[in-house]
Order: sequence, then C-alpha cells, then structure tokens
Amino acid sequence: MSDKPRKVGIISCSGEAIPGGTISRVACRKVLDDLRPGMSVTICLPLFIAGGEEERMFADLFPTITVDGCDKRCAALGTESLSGKPTKTLVVTEILEKKGIAPTTKLRNLGPEEQVAVQAVAEEIAAAIDAIQAARQSSSGCPGIL
Amino acid sequence: MEKKVAVFACSGMGKPLGAVAREIGYELTERVRPDNTVLTCLALLVINDPEAQRLVTENPVIAIDGCVKDCAKKSIEAQGAKVDRYYQSIDFFKKHNDLKPEGIAELNKAGKKLAALAADELAGVVDELLAEEAKNV
Repeated sequence: MSDKPRKVGIISCSGEAIPGGTISRVACRKVLDDLRPGMSVTICLPLFIAGGEEERMFADLFPTITVDGCDKRCAALGTESLSGKPTKTLVVTEILEKKGIAPTTKLRNLGPEEQVAVQAVAEEIAAAIDAIQAARQSSSGCPGIL
Repeated sequence: MEKKVAVFACSGMGKPLGAVAREIGYELTERVRPDNTVLTCLALLVINDPEAQRLVTENPVIAIDGCVKDCAKKSIEAQGAKVDRYYQSIDFFKKHNDLKPEGIAELNKAGKKLAALAADELAGVVDELLAEEAKNV
C-alpha cells in the first residue's frame, strides 16, 4: 500500500493574460472549496521556482492533476520539470471543445457564459479526482480518503 | 520598437491578497495605462517561454506579489532579469485598511476598490519607468 497522503493535488496555470487561465483558476477553486473539499489540495505553480524543496515535492507527495488554460501547458510542463510527473493533465480549451462550449473571452468579472465554462471544467477536474481515488482504492484495497 | 512596462502579478490561488495582486495587474493594464503596459502570464516564466523571457529582459518590469513568498519577483529574477519596481498587495492594504479584501475566485467590492486605488497609484510609476527608459535610449 502506498504511504502517500490521499488527497489529490490540483495545480492551475492560472494564466493572468488569457481567458482560459481565469477559467482554470476559478474552476480549481470551485473544486477545492465546493465540489471536492477535503479531498483536494493546491499550490501556486510559481512556487516551484520561488519556494524550496518542500514545495517542489508536491507532485511526489500528492497524485497531481494539472489544469492549463491554453496549449502552452505551463502547469503540466512546469510541474513535470520542477516537481514530478502529473497523474492527469487537463487543458481548458480541450475540455470546452469536447463539451461543445464556446471559448470564453473575459479575464475577470465573469458572467453567466463564463460560469458555464467554469462548471464544466470543475466537473472534469472532480471526475479526474474520483478516478484517481478509485484507482488507488482498487490497488490498495483501502478506502481512498482519509 | 516602443517599450512598454511589463507587469507580472502573483497567480493568487490561495489568498485574497493574491487575487488583489492579479486585480491590480488588470486595473493597471486595462484601465489605467492600457497603451503603455502589458500583462503576461507569470506561469510562462516557469517554463522558460522565450517570448516571456524577452519581455522581462528588454522592458522595464513591475512585479506585484500577494504574499511573502514573492513568486512574481523571484520568477523574474530567475530569468536573470531585473525587477524595476516591486510591491506586495499588503503594502496597499496597509494604506487603505478600511478596504479588507475577501474572496479568491471572486474578490469582494472592497478588494476590487483596493486594487483600483493601487493601480491609480502605480500610474505614476509606469510613467516614471518609461521616462527613464526614454532617457537611456
């Protein structure tokens, strides 16, 4: 049985300059605060540079989902090079396209259209958390959440 | 090419003051000095994106951080670039302590007002940096 903590890590690109970054950030917060509270944990991506060894161990300590706003994939690439390989990588634009939701255009002051996108991305992250927990449960024979 | 002031803000995933830093970046680049500033994703520096690297090495840079971890400042300096002006959101909150920011995904009204006031204060800093830059050409 793995001795890793059983929460799942979520790392958002949080991309200040692109609408997808805002969706990523708000969707991650929605998962952390509303959809899977107590089951998920986050860290600011730039802390892999600004922080110390403790911060850089994040992806080693937690099975980690990265959520990127665009195809530059800063969260996925940054996490893999500075912390550890993500268990799952998600990209906002790909999720929206898959769900038939139009790309968003706002960076802040989100309206109803952006909230639809936030909900769709948050549900995808929550589903990824559930899948990781289910896989852990089946491999360890233990309940997934402490 | 005409220089602009590059603005980098904390990504602010965990604290209201991080969200304030981000909002100051938006207020400064969208409302206060839209023609003279550019906001870029801090995360691009994490992956050593060449365009973001050029931006910080060839332009005056303002960093606005949300906490003492100083992610924006340190990420810029990790590229070998100089941070021309550095602020933490709490600097502005100390000056306007009646405006307590709350919320991370969505800042409350007080947080947004705090960010707007901070951006107004930074307008002069942008002008000063560009004037210095012009003198050095």
